[in-house]
Amino acid sequence: MDGQVFKKLLEEIAEKIKENRQYLTDLDRVIGDGDHGINMDRGFSKVLEKIPSMPDDVSMCMKQTGMTLVSTVGGAAGPLYGTAFMKAGDAIKGKEEVGVEEAILMMDAAIKGVMKLGKSTTGEKTMLDSLVPAYEALKECLEAGKEAKVCFVEAVEAAEAGVEYTKTIIATKGRASYLGERSIGHQDPGATSSLVILTVVRDFLA
Amino acid sequence: MKKLINKPENVEVEMLEGMEFAHGDLLRKLEGFNVLVRANKKQGKVALVSGGGSGHEPAHGGYVGTGMLDGAVAGAMFTSPTPDQVFEAVKAVDAGKGVLLVIKNYTGDVLNFEMAADMAEMEGIKVDKVVVNDDVAVMNSLYTTGRRGVAGTVFVHKIAGAMAERGAELDEVKRVAEKAIANVRTMGVALTPCTVPAAGKPGFDLAEDEMEVGLGIHGEPGTHKSKMLPADEIVDLLLGKIFEDMPMGKGDKVAVMVNGCGGTPVSELYILNRRVAGVMKEKGIEVKKTLVGNYMTSIEMQGGAISVLKLDDELEGLLNEPADTVGLKL
Repeated sequence: MDGQVFKKLLEEIAEKIKENRQYLTDLDRVIGDGDHGINMDRGFSKVLEKIPSMPDDVSMCMKQTGMTLVSTVGGAAGPLYGTAFMKAGDAIKGKEEVGVEEAILMMDAAIKGVMKLGKSTTGEKTMLDSLVPAYEALKECLEAGKEAKVCFVEAVEAAEAGVEYTKTIIATKGRASYLGERSIGHQDPGATSSLVILTVVRDFLA
Repeated sequence: MKKLINKPENVEVEMLEGMEFAHGDLLRKLEGFNVLVRANKKQGKVALVSGGGSGHEPAHGGYVGTGMLDGAVAGAMFTSPTPDQVFEAVKAVDAGKGVLLVIKNYTGDVLNFEMAADMAEMEGIKVDKVVVNDDVAVMNSLYTTGRRGVAGTVFVHKIAGAMAERGAELDEVKRVAEKAIANVRTMGVALTPCTVPAAGKPGFDLAEDEMEVGLGIHGEPGTHKSKMLPADEIVDLLLGKIFEDMPMGKGDKVAVMVNGCGGTPVSELYILNRRVAGVMKEKGIEVKKTLVGNYMTSIEMQGGAISVLKLDDELEGLLNEPADTVGLKL
């Protein structure tokens, strides 16, 4: 995938976030403060506006997307998603073509960035609970020598399982943590928005 | 949803513009940013910047002025402002002696303000921060991100603002801010939810005979729901929780804030304060100052919160110095 194709993918991500605006907001309303979809859509709408002026370079597109998210999303999601995109872009600096190997580098950098900034890890009912399983599935799949689109199908399956898993655990990070045990039974909006993004990548490759 | 607004996406900026028209003698809005700063920048002092999501008016823009804040950053309703906005505020108010960020303890606020602090430091501006966590509803433990910052933040603005106005250095201003944080506790109760304009529907549900105990200021659910109680019993419940966390007794002196959430009439806040005063008297605690009103609101939510600031001579002195802001004049 080159920069031009990648910009199409970014557009589809932005559109999918818009479609899921109400769904993400409703999930957040139950265990957070009910604005996740609104904030993510505000950020990705701005990204959508900026795509035509972005260079045809995956790394640069990712970085500019990250910076746009930091300055428009707000809340915790802004810095966290912004960092994820910026770090991912940084990890593939100078590459003209991006394949599964690069996708793994990007996800690794994004996850490490989110963990460091959010001082968190898996099992805390956050976006990491879908991103990390997806990353691990992707890596395993590639090592097994399977093709990219199959690997993304498996990565999304792992992310879906991760989102399901967030229903069973207590939130210990973010605003949902104040609910303690009352957060059990509800899926995490951040893990869900990460799943939405991964699903777009899967469908794009199919 | 029935609100006096034009478009949900313009609520924040139109509110700030309206504030600037009303109070141009005290504050002005930075062009292109949702930031309010003092109309007359004071040179040679440490500058104080606070902020957070909108919807808590008069916080935080209403505390910009002499004796309190130098700048306030307004995020979207209930959403922390972004780092670039905070950075603009820091640049605008820095008068060469450094900037203290007063942050309420929410994951988003802390992340965005910290990113802004990094940006400012890269430009050579000296920045430090304090994080307010006065809400006793949520205990600080390994399992949460820590206590939330709520209405007690206004006391922190007042104390740190007075110290900065005296011309103290950044580390001294930070020291008294942290002292205020260490000595202030808040506990609240909500009777109705509130509606973020962009969401269009209430943040949670409460039955007619129920109240949410220990709510946060963003309409996020509290610790538990309870049947409605008479005002005096609500005060006993809230103060009980505060005293449990910060034991006080005969000979102690305090400042009290009975804060309205935005939709509760001031008459009811005074009914709460009547009981607060009674309990304090019974315990032999001297109330040196009482603030009753809407200081840190949650849009149109009905409910109230009690904040208690335990005073020593230094805090009392700082509290009694003049303040000239929209939200607090002393």
